[in-house]
Amino acid sequence: MDSDNKATGLPPSIDAVAELLKSQGYIADRALSTVVFLALKMGRPLFLEGEAGVGKTEIAKVLAGALGRKLIRLQCYEGLDVNAAVYEWNYSAQMIEIRLAEAAGELDRERLGHDIFSEKFLTKRPLLQALEAVKGAAPVLLIDELDRTDEAFEAFLLEVLSDFQVTIPELGTITAAEPPIVVITSNRTREVHDALKRRCLYHWVGYPDAEREIAIIKARRPDASAALAREVVSFVQALRQGELYKAPGVAETLDWVSALHELDAISLDPQTVNDTLGVLLKYQDDIVRMEGSEAKRILDQIKAEIGAMSRT
Amino acid sequence: MDRHPAIPGNASPSGRLALNILHFARVLREAGMPVGPGHVIDALDAAQAGSLRSREDFYWTLHAVFVKRREHKELFDQAFHVFWKKPKMLEQLMQLMFQQITRPADEKAKQAGFRRLAEAMFDKVESQSRREEKPGALDFDATFSHSALEVLRRKDFEQMTVAEQAQARLAIARLRTHRLEIRTRRFKPFHSGERIDLRRTLKGSLRAGGHLIDLAKRERQWREPPLVVLCDISGSCSNYSRMFLHFLHGLMNDRERVSVFLFGTRLTNISRELKRRDVDEAMMKVSSAVKDWSGGTRIGSALKEFNYRWARRVLTQGAHVLLMTDGLDREDVSLLEVEMARLRRSAKRIIWLNPLLRYQGFEARAAGIRAMMPHIDEFRPVHSLESLADLAGALAAPRRAEHDPKTWLKAS
Repeated sequence: MDSDNKATGLPPSIDAVAELLKSQGYIADRALSTVVFLALKMGRPLFLEGEAGVGKTEIAKVLAGALGRKLIRLQCYEGLDVNAAVYEWNYSAQMIEIRLAEAAGELDRERLGHDIFSEKFLTKRPLLQALEAVKGAAPVLLIDELDRTDEAFEAFLLEVLSDFQVTIPELGTITAAEPPIVVITSNRTREVHDALKRRCLYHWVGYPDAEREIAIIKARRPDASAALAREVVSFVQALRQGELYKAPGVAETLDWVSALHELDAISLDPQTVNDTLGVLLKYQDDIVRMEGSEAKRILDQIKAEIGAMSRT
Repeated sequence: MDRHPAIPGNASPSGRLALNILHFARVLREAGMPVGPGHVIDALDAAQAGSLRSREDFYWTLHAVFVKRREHKELFDQAFHVFWKKPKMLEQLMQLMFQQITRPADEKAKQAGFRRLAEAMFDKVESQSRREEKPGALDFDATFSHSALEVLRRKDFEQMTVAEQAQARLAIARLRTHRLEIRTRRFKPFHSGERIDLRRTLKGSLRAGGHLIDLAKRERQWREPPLVVLCDISGSCSNYSRMFLHFLHGLMNDRERVSVFLFGTRLTNISRELKRRDVDEAMMKVSSAVKDWSGGTRIGSALKEFNYRWARRVLTQGAHVLLMTDGLDREDVSLLEVEMARLRRSAKRIIWLNPLLRYQGFEARAAGIRAMMPHIDEFRPVHSLESLADLAGALAAPRRAEHDPKTWLKAS
C-alpha cells in the first residue's frame, strides 16, 4: 500500500505542491501552486502562457524532478509534423529487410507487410514515448512553445490530449495505460485555439513581486549576497514599471545576479549597471533608452528607498 | 402587397400556399440567400408532411429547408416575419425605402440585413438611385484635413445593399486569383515533387509484393501568410472607411489568419467583431467597439501601441502588414519613424495603401509620409476609394516601379 502511494507520489494539498516545488528551488505563488495541484489531481493538461523568461518551462522540469518522473520534451517549431512528434518508420532498415527477404526467396506479401510495419522498425518520438509509460510512473510531457507550431499540429494535439491515444494506421491505436502529466507552454506569439485551451487548465504566468523574486534569487543563486539581491530586484522591478519593448524576466534577473557575482560586485553602481545592461535588456532601443542618466536615476531612486526601509 | 396568406392548419398546401412559398423563396434569394428550385420543392414537401399546427411549426419547417448556414438565420427570421404577416414590420420597411419624405428610420429598422431584405421585397432600382444622390448632401467635407485632437465619436454605417454585397464578393474573388503565398515547412504528396516520400514509396512497393520500388514524390506546401491590417479611421480618411470595412469583412471571411486593427487616436482590435458572418451584424459590432471614429490621427502612438501590445502576438509566421493611412500626422514625427522602423523589423512585408495618391502630382513631401516611406516594401495607390473593385485591383496588381517607395522618395 505504502509503496503504491509512493509510486503515485502526488502531493495531497496545495501547500504540499508549493513545498514540493520549493524543494526543487522553484518558488511558486499561491495561484500557480493551486493550478498545478488541480492539474495533477484532475489529470488535465496544464497550459501556461506568459512572457519569455518567467519560468514556464522550468515548472515541467521541476515537477519531473520532484515527482521522480521522466521528463519528455517536445520542442515545437514551425512545420512540426507527426513524423517528428509522434513516430517515424525506419525506412532504411525496412528496405534492407525487404532485400533480405528477397534474397532468401521468401516473398510472401502478407507476411512481409506485417513484418515491415512492426514495432521493430518504429522510431518513437516524444508523444508516443509519453504514452508508453508503466503504471504509476507516467512521465511529465512538456510541449514547449506551442505557439511556434501551426494550427494543423494543434488540431492533431486535440486527439492526443483528450483521449491520450494516437493511431498508427499500420499498427493500430496506442492508448496510454496512465495518462502523462502534460505541461504546455506558450509565449503567446499567436493565439492558441480555444478548443485546445478548453481541454487544459489555463494559467498566465506573470512577473513575480519583489518578495518572491528575492526568494527566487536566494533559492537559485545562494552565494549572492542578500543586499545585492535586494538592489537587483528593486532595479529590475523598477525597469518593469517603465516602458520597455521587452521587460526583463526572472531568467534575466538570475543571469544578472550571476554576472554581477562574477564581477565581484557587492553593490550596484552606475558604471557596472551600464556595462552589464546587455544581460538584462535584449533590444538595442531599450538599452539606449536605459543607459546613462536613466539607469542612474532609477539607481538613485531604489537606493533611497532601500535606505529609507532599513532606517525604519 | 397581397401575399399575406393565413397559415393553414392541417390542410395540404393549397395552390395558394404553394405559390406563397414560391414567392417567399424568391424573396430570400433576392435578399442574397442561396435558394434554388430544389429548396422550394423541399419546402412544399415539408409543408405537405402535414403536421403543421402552429405558426411556430411552420417557421421551423421552412427554417429547416431554407437555412443552411448560421449567418442566414437572421435574414430568414426577418424575412419570415415580414412575409408571413406582421403588419408593423412592413410599415418599417416601407419607411426605409421612402426615407426622403419621412424621418430617419427608427431604431428597429437598424436590424442586420434589413436593408437587403427591403430591397428584395420592393423595387431595387429605387433604392439604388437614392443612394447615388447622397454624396451631394455633404455639409462639410473634412476629407484629407487632419488634426491630433481626440474626438470620440460613434459611427452608424448604412447597411449594405444587395448590389454592394455582390460587388464585394467579386472584388474578393479577384484578389483570390492573385494570392501571394509563402512556402511552409510541410509537405504534400506530389507526382513530380523534388523529394522522395519514403513512407508512400514503401507502402506502395509492399502492396506490389516488394519486387519493385516505385518512388513516390512529395513537395512543399504553399500557404498564405497571416495578414494584419492597420486601418486609419481618422477624419481625413473617414469617407472610405465604410467601404473598406466591407472589404475587410469579405477578406476576413475568405481566408484564415487575418487580424484587423483600426486606429485614429487610439488602437482597436476588431478581428473578433469582423468574424461575424453577416456583414451588417459585423458592422454594428464594429461601430460599437470603436470609440474614435473620424477624430484626429496619431499614427505614431497608434503604431507604438500596436508594436508593444500586439506585434508579438499577431506578427508571426511571416505575417504581412497592410497599412491603410494617408500618413498625415501632426504629432512628433520622430516617434512615427522609430515605430515604423520597429514594425519593419517584425513584419515580413509592409504594404502601404495611400488614398492621397489618387491626386495627380502627389509628392512625398509631408513629414509623416517621408518618415514612413523608407520603412515600407510597397506603396500602393488607390485611385478611387468609392469602389471595392478599384481597391481590390490596387492590391492585386503585380508590383511595378511605381510601387517602389524609393521612386517616390527620389521624385520629391
